[in-house]
Formats: sequence, structure tokens, C-alpha cells
Amino acid sequence: MRVALQITCVNDAMFPETGKAVVRLLRRLGVDVEFPAAQTCCAQPMVNTGYLDEAVPVVRTFVDAFAGYDAIVTPSGSCAGSARHQHSIVAERSGDPVLAAAVAQTGPRTYELSEFLVDVLGVTDVGAYFPHRVTYHPTCHSLRMIGVGDRPQRLLEQVRGLDLVELPMATECCGFGGTFALKNADTSVAMGADKARHVCDTGAEVLVAGDNSCLMHIGGMLSRQRAGVRVMHLAEILAATEDAA
Amino acid sequence: MSGTFVGMPAFPTAARAALGDTQLRTNLAHATRTIRDKRAAVVAEVEDWEDLRLSGAGVKEAALRDLATHLETLEASLTRAGATVHWARDAEEACRIVADVTRAHGADEVVKVKSMATAEIGLNEALAAEGIAAWETDLAELIVQLGEDLPSHILVPAIHRNRAEIRDIFLRRMAGAGRPAPADLTDEPAVLAGAAREHLREKFLRATVGVSGANFAVAETGTLVVVESEGNGRMCLTLPEVLISVVGIEKVLATWADLDPMLRLLPRSSTGERMNPYTSTWSGVTPGDGPQEVHVVLLDNGRTRALADDVGRQALRCIRCSACLNVCPVYERVGGHAYGSVYPGPIGAILNPLLRGVSDEQTASLPYASSLCGACFEVCPVLIDIPSVLVDQRAAVVDSHRGDRLPKGEALTMRATAWAFSDSRRLAWAERASGLAGRVLTRISRTTLPGGRPAAGRLPGPAAGWTGARDLPAPPEESFRAWWDRTDGGRDGGGA
Repeated sequence: MRVALQITCVNDAMFPETGKAVVRLLRRLGVDVEFPAAQTCCAQPMVNTGYLDEAVPVVRTFVDAFAGYDAIVTPSGSCAGSARHQHSIVAERSGDPVLAAAVAQTGPRTYELSEFLVDVLGVTDVGAYFPHRVTYHPTCHSLRMIGVGDRPQRLLEQVRGLDLVELPMATECCGFGGTFALKNADTSVAMGADKARHVCDTGAEVLVAGDNSCLMHIGGMLSRQRAGVRVMHLAEILAATEDAA
Repeated sequence: MSGTFVGMPAFPTAARAALGDTQLRTNLAHATRTIRDKRAAVVAEVEDWEDLRLSGAGVKEAALRDLATHLETLEASLTRAGATVHWARDAEEACRIVADVTRAHGADEVVKVKSMATAEIGLNEALAAEGIAAWETDLAELIVQLGEDLPSHILVPAIHRNRAEIRDIFLRRMAGAGRPAPADLTDEPAVLAGAAREHLREKFLRATVGVSGANFAVAETGTLVVVESEGNGRMCLTLPEVLISVVGIEKVLATWADLDPMLRLLPRSSTGERMNPYTSTWSGVTPGDGPQEVHVVLLDNGRTRALADDVGRQALRCIRCSACLNVCPVYERVGGHAYGSVYPGPIGAILNPLLRGVSDEQTASLPYASSLCGACFEVCPVLIDIPSVLVDQRAAVVDSHRGDRLPKGEALTMRATAWAFSDSRRLAWAERASGLAGRVLTRISRTTLPGGRPAAGRLPGPAAGWTGARDLPAPPEESFRAWWDRTDGGRDGGGA
């Protein structure tokens, strides 16, 4: 099985440690993950802001970079959702049947990290060790767009030393929403303030989620408030081991 | 509030003002949470809820697919049953018809059943201009009308008011509209409802013309259906001599049997009740019983425009239940007025642009009034994929500006980003530049995030929208891509 890492533009440019963690984790589980260098972005920033024409060349780059892989793994529910549910819209807009055929290949092969671990590799115990009190925020796109269900929690429950506490109002949006965070900054911050409050109420030391974009927003608020809670991507917790600690 | 949505600012500006209204925030948080929990509980009781949603969506979709035929059938059935059918292309035509019929009977007032269609066309204001008083008889609509306020919710238009505010409105305003509120009025819900009942009763008994909308219109039988909770609708539909119903053309259902899923979906989704207390159905005129002159105004007002939109037409399935408003985290915080329309919340964010187009700035701001979290789609009883329609309407907004001589900064940024994202070498170059910027920003800001990572500090320009309230990690010196290149994916001791 040829497995490609779709790092996502946000992780590539802002959170490389998450990418390194995915590589470390998958290698530990026996997967020789490749990084197709031609990849850039899933085009979601353009699509969700309404710039469909601008998204066309980006989706083209995506399908060219990932053609021929059996599985495309991405540490983002949102980007997986984009590839699975939005690339066809962009392809239709382009009017190019070749692109439509290509996205029909890459879309269904794109897995969010927890889906790949649980459904494709069939593991929930990845041999991780993380002795901290942690709460999990299910990001909207992972929850409602691609339906990862409780896979992330099942993975976290198997992490040795980890104390998983439930987040109140967990399924409510944190207010990030891509360009929404800038175009409607006030509303975004009002939503984020409530999310941050719920996180603090848990007494957790670490907030974990499967999307660094949402974590950048919630974590940015927690940091500004000096709340004493840090945010981590799911991959970084699952990659942590006793040896490394 | 001025009593009109005309001239409202775009959503971000209106939302900013609403977010600062602490009373509004408290009222909304409490009210939406209550209805949300009630809905969730009664929906959970229905074992085949997902099948029911499918059949509800199917029934509406089938009616819309062959709308012209069903409307002609409806017209024929209604006419056979003794009703007069009018067709109204827009708000102005519809208001004119209602005013003319009312005038023809020498009436200077009408009593109204709660109706979104008449709110949409601004009927009360149009009638007032003709010297005809339109009395709202739904409790929440009465509160809004007496307070010279605007509705902020489809089902509960006074959701932004709490009971203390309602008591105050009744005490100050009821006397000007008819029977005054008792001087010893308290803010007990039952006492407030009692005062409204006394106030409205004289209007019910006096009025000769009633005005309603309809939740559904059955084509085969020529039956209109009104679903309500308070019984005020039943009064308006049965007591006056003349009944005028303004019905959006998308309300048509093909058959009587099609009501079955709809009447099961609607109360649970809207009020969180297993069944609503009053369901009124009438087919034209029944001699000696109820109104002896029945008019039905079939209203387009942008609906055929929406119908022609391949992606957006599903919004015409909407049965105005408000479930999407009650679960929406944006609506919960800013309330309904910020949307500048009688249709607020997620459904309003797609319905308004679909009905009106996106040429004005206020309407064009609505598709962006969402974080695309998808909670609305999850609860919609007729499976309207609101997030997808929102994205499609955003594309409509962007496309409407493609011919602009001076492109917006956002358009230029998106074009530049797309250019960088179209070739990984360009992206790698941009990441190197961002890494350099990160070094500079780190040095200037000297702040760190929890866990120790350097933060970028407060940034100017559009980025201030982010850093005004949120710290931002400084871009790392080395991107993932550069790390992979340098270490052969960590195999060269790069420490993956």
C-alpha cells in the first residue's frame, strides 16, 4: 500500500511539528509514508470564501501530486472534508472532465488521521505515552462533514498515562471558520471565548483536537488570557512515547 | 429599533453592535438553549426520524420539481371550493391585493395570524399607508408590534425580549392599541398571556377581515393548513367574514397524504412539541360556517429566482421551523436583527440572497455570516444542506464582482494565494519568506505561547482582526517541506 502524507498548508507553514509527529507515528506502526513534494493546499480557503475559479488550479495541483496513491492521510478533518466533498464542486466549475475523473479518484482515498489509524490500520492502541490531563474538542468538519465519530477518543483512551476529561458543550463550534475568523472577527471571538471558558472549566492542562487551524484560534485565545492551557494536535500526543518523554 | 429592516448595515457591523448587548446575549443564550434541548428530547423519541426527514425532503422536492403543474391544480381546486385565487409577482402586488380586498369591504382594520410571508412583504406597513390597521394576534408578534420593534426569530419573533421587558411594553403600549394592560400587571408568563388575551379578544370579535399565511397548501384538495400553538390563529381563521391568505408558491404539496410527514416533522423541529395544539385546515368557503369570502394570494417575490438556482433551490423546501436558528452558534450570540431580514439565522443567510440576489452589500454579507460548522444541516427536518448553499452563495457574491474595475483587496489576496498554491516551488519560496518574517516577529514581540513557542505579537492591517483578541504563533523558521527536504523525511537524523 502506497501511503501519502497530505501535510496541509497550515501545518506545512505554521505547524511542522505536527507533520513530523505523523511521520514518526506512522513509521512506528510500520507505514512507510511518503511526502509528495508537489503538494500545496486542498483549496478550501478559496472554496469557502467563494473563489471557485481560483480554486481550480489548486485542486489540479492536489490531484496531480496525489495521483496513484492508495491512501492519502491528512492530519486535518477539514482538509479531508475538502478533498472528499468540495473538490467535485471545483471540478464541475472547471468544466474539465479529466479533473472531475481525477478528484473522483483522490477524494475517496483521502483519510483524516484518526480514520486512517482506526479504519485502515485497525489500531486504537498506538503505543503512546502522555502523562497529562487532556480534554478533546471535536472540530466541526471532522464531526459533521466527514463523521470521524469517536475514533479520536478511542485512540486517546489507549494512551498510557493520559487522563481524558470530557469537554462541556464539546460539539459546539469554536468560532474559527476559516476566513470567518477575520471577516466576522467579533462573532468569531465571542464564540471562541465560550469555548475557551469550557476548556478551562475542565481543569485540563492540554486541549487536543484533530485540526491545527481550530487550535490556533482557541489556543490563541487561551494564550492571550494566560489561561495556562496549551493546545496540541492529536498526532503529537499519539506520537509521544515513554522513550521520548 | 425603527420598525424597518431597510437601511440595516452589513452583518459584521450589525453583529458587532449586538454582541455588546448583554441583555440580548443573556436572553438568547437562555431561550435558544431551552428550545434546543426540548427539540433534541422529542426528536430522540422518534425511532425513524432519519427516514422521516428523508420523506419530508422527498415530498417537498417532488412538489418543487413540478411546481407549475401543482400550482395550477391548487388554483383549480381552490376556485372549485369557492375561493378567489390571486397571483402576486412581488411584495407590492401582494400588498395591493390585500389592501383592495379589505377596502372593498369598507374595513379599516384586519386581524392577523402569524405569517412569515406577510412579514416578508411588509404588509402591515403597506396597509398602514392605506389607513388600515393590521393587528398581530400571535403573542410574540404582538410584543414586537407593540414595542415598535423588529422580529428576531422566525418562530419566536420576540425571543430577544425577556418577561420583564414584555411587562414593560404591555404597560406602556397596550392602551394606545386598544384595551390597556391591567395596572397590577406582573411579569408572570400566565399573567402576561392573560393580559394579551383580554387585549386581543375585542379585536377578534370586532374584525371583519382576517389575514393569514399558510404552512402548507394541498393542491389536490385546495386546502390551506395553519399550524399554531396559541389558538389566536383559529380565531382569525374562523371569526371574520372575509379571509385573505398570502401563501408563498413553495408551500404547495401535491396530495393530502403528503401532509403526513410534514405535520410530524414540524412541531418537533420548531417548538419541540410532539404535536402542536392547533392545526387548522380549510378548503375554500363552507356555507354558513367560517369566512364566507376567501381569498388566496399566491406569492412569488423571488421564489422562481431561487427555484432556478441548481444548488440553492433546496432552500425552498424550508418549512420555517427555526431549528437551524436555535442550534446556530452565530445566531445564539448575535440574535436575529443583525441579519437585517425577517428571515434570520442560517436559513436567512441563504434564503435572502436566493430571493433577492446579492447586488446589495447587506444581503451579500449574509452568506459569510457562518463558520460553516454544519449544526444547521444536522437538525434540518427537510435536509437542506445549508453549509453547501452558503458556500455556493459566497461564490455568487464573488462572481458578481468579477467584472469590477477595481478588485477588492480580498480578491487580490485570493488570486495571489491561488498563484502560490498552484506550484509547490512558489509555496516553498513563500514559506521561506514567512520563516524570515517569523524570526523578525519573534525578536520584536518576545512573547511566547503556553508550552514555550514564540508568538508573533500584535500585527497591523487585516491581521489585526486576528491578533486583536488572539495570540498567533510566529511562523517557524523551517517549514515541514523544507525539513523533509533537508533530512530526507527525518531519515538523516532530522528527528522525525
